[in-house]
Amino acid sequence: MVEPLVSAGRAPVEYNEAIVRKFIIAAMFWAVVAFTVGVYLASELSWPQLNFGLSFLNFGRLRPVHTSAAIFAFGGCALLGTSFHVVQRTCHARLWGGDALANFIFWGFQFFIVMAALSYVMGYSQSREYAEPEWHLDIWLTIVWVLYLLVFVGTLMKREEPHIYVANWFYLSFIVTVAMLHLVNNAALPVHWAGTKSYSYFSGAQDALVQWWYGHNAVGFFLTAGFLGMMYYFIPKAANRPIYSYRLSIVHFWSLIFIYIWAGPHHLHWTALPDWAQTLGMAFSIMLWMPSWGGMINGLMTLSGAWDKLRTEPSLGFSVTAVGFYGMSTFEGPVMSIRDVNALSHYTDWGIGHVHSGSLGWVAFISFGAIYYLVPVLWHQKALYSARLAAWHYWIATLGIVFYISAMWVAGIMEGLMWRAYDANGFLQYSFSESVVAVHPFFVIRMLGGVLFLIGALMMVYNLVMTARGRFADAAASPPRLAGGLAPAVGD
Amino acid sequence: MFIRHEVIEKNALLLLVLSLLAVSIGGLVEIVPTFTIETTVEHVKGVRPYSPLELRGRDIYVREGCYVCHSQMIRALRDEVERYGHYSLAAESMYDHPFQWGSKRIGPDLARVGGKYSNDWHYAHLQAPRSVVPESLMPNYGFLAQTPLDYADVADRMRTNRAVGVPYTEEDLANATADLLTQANPAADQAALVARYPKAIAASGDGRTPTELDALVAYLQVLGTMVDFADTSEEQLKQ
Repeated sequence: MVEPLVSAGRAPVEYNEAIVRKFIIAAMFWAVVAFTVGVYLASELSWPQLNFGLSFLNFGRLRPVHTSAAIFAFGGCALLGTSFHVVQRTCHARLWGGDALANFIFWGFQFFIVMAALSYVMGYSQSREYAEPEWHLDIWLTIVWVLYLLVFVGTLMKREEPHIYVANWFYLSFIVTVAMLHLVNNAALPVHWAGTKSYSYFSGAQDALVQWWYGHNAVGFFLTAGFLGMMYYFIPKAANRPIYSYRLSIVHFWSLIFIYIWAGPHHLHWTALPDWAQTLGMAFSIMLWMPSWGGMINGLMTLSGAWDKLRTEPSLGFSVTAVGFYGMSTFEGPVMSIRDVNALSHYTDWGIGHVHSGSLGWVAFISFGAIYYLVPVLWHQKALYSARLAAWHYWIATLGIVFYISAMWVAGIMEGLMWRAYDANGFLQYSFSESVVAVHPFFVIRMLGGVLFLIGALMMVYNLVMTARGRFADAAASPPRLAGGLAPAVGD
Repeated sequence: MFIRHEVIEKNALLLLVLSLLAVSIGGLVEIVPTFTIETTVEHVKGVRPYSPLELRGRDIYVREGCYVCHSQMIRALRDEVERYGHYSLAAESMYDHPFQWGSKRIGPDLARVGGKYSNDWHYAHLQAPRSVVPESLMPNYGFLAQTPLDYADVADRMRTNRAVGVPYTEEDLANATADLLTQANPAADQAALVARYPKAIAASGDGRTPTELDALVAYLQVLGTMVDFADTSEEQLKQ
């Protein structure tokens, strides 16, 4: 343990907590939006009449609303909010650049999200997966993002701690890499400067490679590195234990960010992308397993000697389960990146299941853990309104994930097998439509899994609102966490 | 070794620069050669820029997010080739800005859907998919039939494509609007259009107001038809 502890007797810093509170509220709002739209989309896939023939309700226009709301709005607000919290606390410094700049970043980011969602349903899209907003919104996001980078680095530079805490390495690499990916992948030429339509600078096979270099590293840096930053602060804090291994954190940080960026071509196996690029992507994807598990081990082992905290600290159940799902999906990913596994899994719902075990199990759960921990801190309350309600949320949401991903595993593998099945005479055995009919029950189960996850999130919102109002439902069952002068594990 | 990591940990700018360096290498090594290695895109005959109506149809395909359910990339696997036709070539999407290979098949692959069904089938299917495929999960796109196609800026759209590498000629640009109206109207003489854009299929419009549906059908009908595989050797397909 070499992370710097706050030295005693130093002048207290007044942190900008208002900006963190704003982002946490926004994150929960967008979480509910993302899950609701997700449930609706899952229902459309079960009962296509729900598209109603209306352009703005159609699956094709609505799906990016779901993915953007989940990744960029919910995930993004959780990342920006927690990064502003963590960087201040671990640097013992108020946010650089003043409150107005921080507020501009908040409102600028919300404006981007709302405009992006509206643009999709109104029929403006680049149809680049996870990079759908058109060029003018891309420019706006670039401005907001560069300011975010400035505030983050500025705060690091005015820190009063000698070391930059490990969580900040991950946040920093997330911010700077996302900037790089965003700028290259969205290179496009508008038809008119006053219009919305643009054509991408790249085309065909090169465009596919650039897009999946972006797409896979949106997973790697937005959904992994950023949330690992979250893990490295909130698990030690909630468990009141130091990080298991400083050395492991160094090795896995550098190897993770170096290797991740190579893995994109595994989205393009057996396609018209040249074989050498596919092979590179596959090899690095398999190598990626180790640095990924380095993070999982560091997170889980931090709990050694403190597993009893799971009984008393409501946020930890989410955080620990998140790390478990992280370990599972970062094993499943390398397996699916093997060419011959990919021949079966690609284009099927196995991919959708994989994405959701990562996004629901890892991203959402690690965020829920952080937010359950943060809300009493930020609203200066002794404890959460109800640890029991949080436990209910935990079990309902976990059940929802299990429904979701098992349904998608079954559906995906069934699709893959039906598409390649041959009959006794050597003809393809099934028409495409037959596979569509076969997966229907699993699409319904998936939708029900989503409903459970949504119900859990609504319970969480209620719990947090009551906490912020200073209510306590089960004070006896939930020992006040912040009372009793517990020594902080990292920062303050 | 780990003692020296302190240097990085105590310098925010150094940490920033080194992590940016670490994430730059993989992308450079993978992406740059696909532009410099000449055989990344195969040298096959037949691939041409989209006709004005096809291009507008493609814009609608992009706008509606069709790629979230339909791939346009037949992988080099036996079952895919038997189900959908010859595996897709890089050359076949070399004028696609952006590419629309997709990542998920909620519906079937469309890379070679061109010519597989009649115009009438497409018009019926797009407006009410379950009227021809009862198992379909596809939304009804009837609103495309009611929406007149906005083609005022079609030449500008082609010019923008040319700026990013699609070889439209001055002649193509000059005839953009006329070609679009010709292809939307099955009664019009298609000879000049087909000379400029071989294998272009006339949509089944009413000859007065081209709709968005006409454009989309014209686009779908050309997908995967440009390369004549009977006339293409193994050697030409090497990457």
